[in-house]
Amino acid sequence: MTNHYIDLKNSDVILIMGSNAAEHHPLAFKWIMRAKDAGARVIHVDPRYTRTSARCDYHVPLRSGTDIAFLGGMINYIITNKKYFRDYVVNYTNASFLVNPDFSFKDGLFSGYDAKKRSYNKETWTFQNDANGVPLKDPTLEHPQCVFQHLKRHYSRYTLEKVSSITGVSEENLLKVYEEYSATGAPDKAGTECYALGWTHHTTGSQIIRTMSIIQLLLGNMGIAGGGINALRGEPNVQGSTDHCILYGNLPGYLKMPTASLATLGQYLKKNTPTCNDPQSANYYQNYPNFFVSWLKSLYGNAATPENEFGYSWLPKLNDGKHYSQLHLFDRMYKGGVKGLFAYGTDPAVSSPNTNKVRKALEKLDWLVCANIFDNETASFWFGPGADPKQIKTEVFLLPAAATMEKEGSQSNSGRWVQWKYKAATPPGDAISCGDIQIRMMDAIKALYAKEGGPNAESILNLKWDYKDRQGNMDVLKVAKQINGHWEADVEVVDAGQKKLFKKGGLVPTFGMLRSDGTTSCGNWIMSGSFGEDGENKMARRGKEDPTGLGLYPNWSFAWPVNRRIIYNRASCDIYGRPYNPKKKVLEWTGDKWVGDVPDGPWPPMADKEKGKYPFIMKTDGVASLFGPAMAEGPFPEHYEPLEGPLAKNPLSSQLINPTIELFSSDVDQVANASEKFPYVCTTYSCTEHWCSGALTRWQAWLLEMQPELYVEIGEELARELEIANGSKVKVSSARGEVTCIAMVTKRFRPFIIEGKTVHQVGLPFNYGWLYPKDGSDSTNFLTPSVGDANTFCPEYKAFMVNVTRI
Amino acid sequence: MKKTEYIKLIDTTRCTACRGCQVACKQWNEMPASRTRNFGSYQNPPDLQWNTWTLIRFQEHVDKNGDFKWLFRKDGCMHCTEAACIKVCPSGALYHTEFGTVGINQKLCIGCKACISACPFDIPRFNQETEKVYKCDLCYDRLKGGQQPACVLSCPTSAITIGEREAMIDKAYRRLDQLGGKGVVYGDKFVGGTHVMYILSEDPAVYDKLPVKPRIPASVILWKNLFKPFTLIGMGAVAGMAALHYLIKGPHEVHEKKEGDE
Repeated sequence: MTNHYIDLKNSDVILIMGSNAAEHHPLAFKWIMRAKDAGARVIHVDPRYTRTSARCDYHVPLRSGTDIAFLGGMINYIITNKKYFRDYVVNYTNASFLVNPDFSFKDGLFSGYDAKKRSYNKETWTFQNDANGVPLKDPTLEHPQCVFQHLKRHYSRYTLEKVSSITGVSEENLLKVYEEYSATGAPDKAGTECYALGWTHHTTGSQIIRTMSIIQLLLGNMGIAGGGINALRGEPNVQGSTDHCILYGNLPGYLKMPTASLATLGQYLKKNTPTCNDPQSANYYQNYPNFFVSWLKSLYGNAATPENEFGYSWLPKLNDGKHYSQLHLFDRMYKGGVKGLFAYGTDPAVSSPNTNKVRKALEKLDWLVCANIFDNETASFWFGPGADPKQIKTEVFLLPAAATMEKEGSQSNSGRWVQWKYKAATPPGDAISCGDIQIRMMDAIKALYAKEGGPNAESILNLKWDYKDRQGNMDVLKVAKQINGHWEADVEVVDAGQKKLFKKGGLVPTFGMLRSDGTTSCGNWIMSGSFGEDGENKMARRGKEDPTGLGLYPNWSFAWPVNRRIIYNRASCDIYGRPYNPKKKVLEWTGDKWVGDVPDGPWPPMADKEKGKYPFIMKTDGVASLFGPAMAEGPFPEHYEPLEGPLAKNPLSSQLINPTIELFSSDVDQVANASEKFPYVCTTYSCTEHWCSGALTRWQAWLLEMQPELYVEIGEELARELEIANGSKVKVSSARGEVTCIAMVTKRFRPFIIEGKTVHQVGLPFNYGWLYPKDGSDSTNFLTPSVGDANTFCPEYKAFMVNVTRI
Repeated sequence: MKKTEYIKLIDTTRCTACRGCQVACKQWNEMPASRTRNFGSYQNPPDLQWNTWTLIRFQEHVDKNGDFKWLFRKDGCMHCTEAACIKVCPSGALYHTEFGTVGINQKLCIGCKACISACPFDIPRFNQETEKVYKCDLCYDRLKGGQQPACVLSCPTSAITIGEREAMIDKAYRRLDQLGGKGVVYGDKFVGGTHVMYILSEDPAVYDKLPVKPRIPASVILWKNLFKPFTLIGMGAVAGMAALHYLIKGPHEVHEKKEGDE
């Protein structure tokens, strides 16, 4: 979230799209109810009518996988009807920047496409610079090559008629949402967007979010109270695990994993440290070397020296152009290229796409180590349906793990609040925390390497590994302090004109003090400042003061970065630092300082041409990107159909599917687009009563009582056509597999009219597996394809094609 | 000892049907789960049971304007002031607590099921094994300890709240104003006022299993005034109850096997 949960109450219009907030964030939903109490409008756009829809002002159904078309139409509406917040757009975005004249977009493809590689050469996705290397701008936004005019041209194709025909949303409903939401372009109005897996689970997922970001920038909704783009993360600690690099391409704090071609630290830092010639851009990532070297110091301690490039050469490297997502992992495993797998707190035999492929892949492993609080379908795959234990060589270890309430540590919520929690109970039996499992395992591995050596042994032997308490268990505070960072030498710092000496071994108070010379260490720069230099654990703070009255609660826990509650908050003020909405003041420039939330840097507002800085300090140019060349698909999001959809042709261009997604081609990666055999659009989801794969909640009798078995939701019209009775058993099949389940015939799914034809959509939860309950059916992911977003490889669980038949 | 009279207000316009209340109730009251099947609805168990004292009823409804609505109603004991169940209970198992709510003492319950027949809301349920009747007691133990009922505490959107009688009735009507009069306050106009009230978004007649004009059956009044004293003293209570049951409802229905009717 750019903002945070409580801040939802400050919104005037809440668009819930790509999220079923009431069912999956039932506690957070109270802030949406508070906004509603205060008069906010709440709109739900979703393929099906859910418990969220029931509490919104209205629900608008759209066909799964057409969100970019829907939102692209909104961009067109905002520009055509001049609903954008002009001051904000001109000053705080790259709308006025002149684009490289060689940049183009034709028939669904941007300039530089390589069909063989399914990727782009981005050399034309750039700006025209002046003699100083600063982008040329046209603040009138009239220049035909400026970003704004490109944007206008691009989305002029997204007419109401076209969008309606793609999405299945009536023109009347499109206009209703567009009008209501774009009214938040007024300086004193705030619109926010809540999304979750309903947006990320698409081959175009990242670009859906980008499209909404463009809308929020056009309407001046970023950086303000009640605004922002708000990813509702979940109880699986998605926020915390992403912050701490669960994704293969990241290191802690979203630093980049090095690739093989970056052989030296110098090459790596040059590649990842942006430069900017505009003196008014803070370009905060110019500090990248400070964050990265401090991280190396935290990893290798005293062994990391300037002479050995702080151990850079010991880091494993990614092969250039290769990807290592879970999709790639199971593809390679299926082909016999993976020997062993650690699967901690996860149940991929249920939760990963294409269950047939995943379960077959597990059979190819030599060994599998699972750590969970209960047995699950992954640990037990070798005696599951269709598996012959005699034929399976995989040796499986199931380690009993402590549950979340059985250990102390931090949990990060979607609003970036890192909250400390204490152990409530001792784990039963032999169970220990996953951290303790890791510590013991690494101790053993280090001992083995010390004795026997091995490839890249220095990487293991030099690893700093002193996180144990006197009893030999993981000392979670030691880990947390290592993440915060330490001084590695006595250092004198000039802070606000005052000289101050920091002693070796002391805690670093903020990432602004991290250094690239080896005098600081920090396990995750964004978490620096989670401890005070006096040792106070700020994550454990529980102060309820609310000085702004906006619900920022600055003394409750620690929010990264530097306890900032609303990111990009300088954009809530005009170029002189005066709040756009004086009634909901996030920040205000008083002439010598900012007052309110922790500002995005101390510099004066940008009207001060000497010392002032632009508000989007993490962006190289200091402004937000309407034109976003970092994306794989292009600088402007474009609608492409899901990998499997009902249409043989994309109504907007000749490019049917996302031209940059990677296609897997094993014998079990079957695809059936626009096929008569699989005529119905299908989507998958979770339900309130179960959690993810259900591996934890299916064992809980009260929860199972409420949602006892797999079901498919089918609209009444389709059920009539197929003569399916409510509560009867049916088979749902795709080109990859099938499941049997109960038909839930409902008014909450309605057929769409797509390109003049009736298209039905159905949906299933993915919370069930064969292990327990025995009669609850099996994984919904037998149906889903192994394909993911081109930027993140997040699988397309939300749109594919199926058939439904009576049993 | 007269204590504060409480009302629990269920605002259906705030309910997200997360069913935290349904689980919290089972957890606090240590009620086991049943192995259910999906019968084509989110609603489960399909109906109230001896071990399910509260239940969210899910109902798909198209209103007069053709607008679709998914209605959620938390069903359970209404805790009537003029409580038919208490009037017919021959053993004193059902009683009014100092909070105005209807308590139940299973030790005294003789399993005659008269309350089941008499209840205008069809709430009490019989357990064949223990041969006793069960229902919500509005967490009498928690109220006594100064705590909110488990369902109230679990509710994330403040759809369920509890407070002193007058204040809650006032709150209900203020909420109705906030909703622009689009809704109905249910519970203060019959059976002497219930200690569980609803704010309904639709007319009461729309809701499954919700009586529009609940009242104590005339036979219960007759029973209370004429027969009850005699049976308790003289004839066998069970036989008397059986006679009464037949008088009010005819042959008994078995609740445990009833399917939900979404």
